[in-house]
Amino acid sequence: MSVLADGSFTAPHLNYVALAPMLILFGGALVGVLVEAFLPRRWRPMVQFLVALAALIAALVMVILKGVKITGVNHPVLTASTAVSVDGPGLFLQGTLIVLGIVALLLFADRTLERGGPFVASAAVTAGTEADRTQAQRASGGTDAFPLMQFALGGMLLFVSANDLLTMFVALEVFSLPLYLLCALARRRRLLSQEAAMKYFLLGAYASAFFLFGIALVYGFSGSVGFAEIHAAALASGNRQSLLIIGFSMIAIGLLFKAAAVPFHVWTPDVYQGAPTPVTAFMAACTKVAAFGGILRVLYVAFDRPSWDYRLVLGIIAVLTMLVGSILAVTQSDIKRLLAYSSIANAGYLLVGVLAFTKSGLSSSLFYLLAYGFTVIAAFAVVTLVRDSGGEATHLSRWAGLGRRSPLFAAVFTFLMLAFAGIPLTSGFTAKFAVFSAAIDGNQTWLVIAGVITSMILAFPYLKVVVLMWLSDPGETTPTVSIPGAFTSAVLGIGVVVTLWLGVWPTEVLDLADRAAQFLRG
Amino acid sequence: MSDFPYLSVLTGAPLVGAVAVALVPRSRPQLAKWLAFGSSLVVLGFSIAMWVAFQVGGARFQFRESYRWIPFWGARFTMQADGIALVMILLIAVLVPVVILASWHDAEASRRSVPSFFALLLALECTMIGVFAAADVFLFYVFFEVMLVPMYFLIGSYGGGERARRQYAAVKFFLYSLVGGLFMLAAVIGLWVVGRNQLGHPTFDWNELTHLNMATSTGRWLFLGFFLAFAIKAPFFPFHTWLPDAGAAAPAGPAALLVGVLDKVGTFGILRYCLPLFPDASHFFAPLGLVLALVGILYGALLAVGQNDLKRLVAYTSIAHFGFIGIGIFAFTTQAGTGAVLYMLNHGLATGLLFLVVGMLVTRRGSAMVGDFGGAGKYVPVLAGVLFIAGLASLALPGMSPFVSEFLVLIGTFTVNKAVAVIATVGIVLAAAYVLWMVQRTTQGTVNPTLASVDKMRKDLSVREAVVVTPLIVLILFLGFYPKPVIDVINPAVKATLSQIGSTDPAPTAPTNAAGGVK
Repeated sequence: MSVLADGSFTAPHLNYVALAPMLILFGGALVGVLVEAFLPRRWRPMVQFLVALAALIAALVMVILKGVKITGVNHPVLTASTAVSVDGPGLFLQGTLIVLGIVALLLFADRTLERGGPFVASAAVTAGTEADRTQAQRASGGTDAFPLMQFALGGMLLFVSANDLLTMFVALEVFSLPLYLLCALARRRRLLSQEAAMKYFLLGAYASAFFLFGIALVYGFSGSVGFAEIHAAALASGNRQSLLIIGFSMIAIGLLFKAAAVPFHVWTPDVYQGAPTPVTAFMAACTKVAAFGGILRVLYVAFDRPSWDYRLVLGIIAVLTMLVGSILAVTQSDIKRLLAYSSIANAGYLLVGVLAFTKSGLSSSLFYLLAYGFTVIAAFAVVTLVRDSGGEATHLSRWAGLGRRSPLFAAVFTFLMLAFAGIPLTSGFTAKFAVFSAAIDGNQTWLVIAGVITSMILAFPYLKVVVLMWLSDPGETTPTVSIPGAFTSAVLGIGVVVTLWLGVWPTEVLDLADRAAQFLRG
Repeated sequence: MSDFPYLSVLTGAPLVGAVAVALVPRSRPQLAKWLAFGSSLVVLGFSIAMWVAFQVGGARFQFRESYRWIPFWGARFTMQADGIALVMILLIAVLVPVVILASWHDAEASRRSVPSFFALLLALECTMIGVFAAADVFLFYVFFEVMLVPMYFLIGSYGGGERARRQYAAVKFFLYSLVGGLFMLAAVIGLWVVGRNQLGHPTFDWNELTHLNMATSTGRWLFLGFFLAFAIKAPFFPFHTWLPDAGAAAPAGPAALLVGVLDKVGTFGILRYCLPLFPDASHFFAPLGLVLALVGILYGALLAVGQNDLKRLVAYTSIAHFGFIGIGIFAFTTQAGTGAVLYMLNHGLATGLLFLVVGMLVTRRGSAMVGDFGGAGKYVPVLAGVLFIAGLASLALPGMSPFVSEFLVLIGTFTVNKAVAVIATVGIVLAAAYVLWMVQRTTQGTVNPTLASVDKMRKDLSVREAVVVTPLIVLILFLGFYPKPVIDVINPAVKATLSQIGSTDPAPTAPTNAAGGVK
């Protein structure tokens, strides 16, 4: 007899207020798809931008409302029959994602730097043909990126709030697939862009497969995919934990791939370099937030205290990540690849904070994600400005002497490089300080020593870029810095202001992260 | 003690000035210069007022102010000054206007933005004062690291010499200091954790952190973290290799500030942070400090003798002088400590003067190589005379202030460690060697024929340059004959520092009337 006929099926209770941000974003994305299908080409850029902006702002408002209710009444929520957990860290991360998404959206929408915008008009045109060249020069860029971005953000929101492994996997796929597509949409150097997308897709598919297989093993071990049940089963079982260990390792592989940790980082430089720069900015900031949100939730809620300690292995991965990221950044000659390796090293620092396993470890990681996101989007925004007739000039030699030609933007980029290097009075310093102090607090002093040593190595490539900009003379091939349009200026302004603000007066945000730093396990 | 917030005003005023000067358009360099000079005079005025308001023999720390900053970490914007810090801040306030005057035409020579040059100088002044005034370890660290940024740009963008060397020197300076700073960061966080566990609440306040009891090994590791950063800054051998390059590449004014003030941050840091926070570790590592300082004296002096680049020569003499300061600190007697702090002041004046005068010679000749000079005294006798005076101050001729400090250091060390004092005295002889030989090779003896074709060599000391050197010479002579006002301020502070590390001065073995000695 069917369950429906039986009448004993109870629909899960959905707390729509808590789910609202995700639903709004998915709704916005669907509206965007309809706009793509039905609106005449002329109108699409403006309408898509407005739809996306409206959806993001509405989602942000819902997150803030829910957050205010939480901090007021301390009422985190499990909803969708415990599949989604909207608790403090979840809300903080959702808010971070949306705010960073708004800033990245401004970069997506900027059409003043390149006629037609940063995206290709028709992705289906074969790269390298005459039609391709024509469309690169003249055609107005496709606007599919906007609904794709909203889908990705919606998936990320779900990813950081998922309360069981299957929901997490679904969310992982929901946010990854649009990202693969977004990487292929560059207007110039399309072969590189398509290669980046292909690479990301294939490696991402492998990582997702590992993740899924790990879920299966963990389910076999604990009989459930929910974090609370896994946690209980891990504590309860005595010695036969091999299934758990292997399953956890495979889940970690999937998560660390997205976070760009060594040795799963190989995709990062190529994908960052090939993707259109606004998409790179979006990925560098938001994917990192989502990935670490997932890692934090999985580690702190599900695999908190098993009888075996995986901290050593993850610590070694963190150290390797910092080392590889910093050492390889030194030798880079392309600014986007340099920023990609710096992104890898920063993933290592985040792991240091995560591995503290204290409340301060959680709050410091949340703070770091927020601070880093703004700085990195602003850095990539500057990269979009340095261009010549052939598009962006990302080879480092083309940046020589930029300080003479455009002192303002060179100064902005210098400030962002100093933030990455961790000089005080920038958010990079306060974030590193937070993460290191949490780690020492959690008895992981060796990680802090490794972090300090790799910071020294990592300072060198940043300094190299600063030296190149200010202390070298401009050559004939030094491009000019385009005057940014309103959107890119806004991105730069927001990035610099937030970096400075969080460096000089981080109190409010630190307190916010601290108040939010309590996972719900249920 | 007045309630006027001297320290935050002194830290903020140069910053306000820096922002104002930075906003001056490139087309109005004169406005930028006068604005910068005016700001530095304002700072000088406030610091003199602070000196007058300081109660000699009163509380150890005065002018304390504390504002809320990051309660989450227990970091507050706290400032206070004891005698040592007061003297250092005065030194900064005196040197910066002099340096601004001395660099009046240097920025244009580098073909870069003139307002930026002076804005960077003022920003540097702000961070330097902040470092000495900070009473919160986090705030100290912030100023310590931020100090690097303006100096890096001053060396790299406005320095002399070919571009590759300038880049190299600036990057080396930055990375060396950053490395030290990062090790200190680990130590600062460690100290914070220890403090939080013992006191129950997180704090960075110096007054609270000096009352911690920590395990011996913890104390030693944390001491090393701080000491490494300060040893790189000072610089002590073997972390000194950045200074000759930076000193040679930087323009004369910032170079004078580099050795006159920035390096003092290192020795000040040892006095204010390493010793009181980690007394047991200080005693444990004192022999190491003494050995490094001693090697620095001899090594720096020997290398200075052979230098052909005038600016590198002065930089090497700095390494030698800092060896003396190091000995004075690690001898752990009041005499030696007072001598060391007085040395810091006098070295700032004397070597600052020497760098500025060398800078004047270099601007005229267009080269810093000794070989390009020779008998220059024939063309610029007054300038040569000033160089001679600066050299005499550097080698601590009695009657000039460096003599008093050197004497105090050596006497203070002799009472506890005769061997070190005797070996250090050799440094005096070497100092005479490198100074006199340098002066002789550049301004005396046979005239170098190439000098005749250089137009600028015919211009002797201008009025501006006279205004630059006069205050420094006057101070050097005045403090050489009457150092009492300064010693009265320094002595109690040094005594308090040494009592914090549980050191007592040795009792005199024979009835003595030694100046500034134990009563």
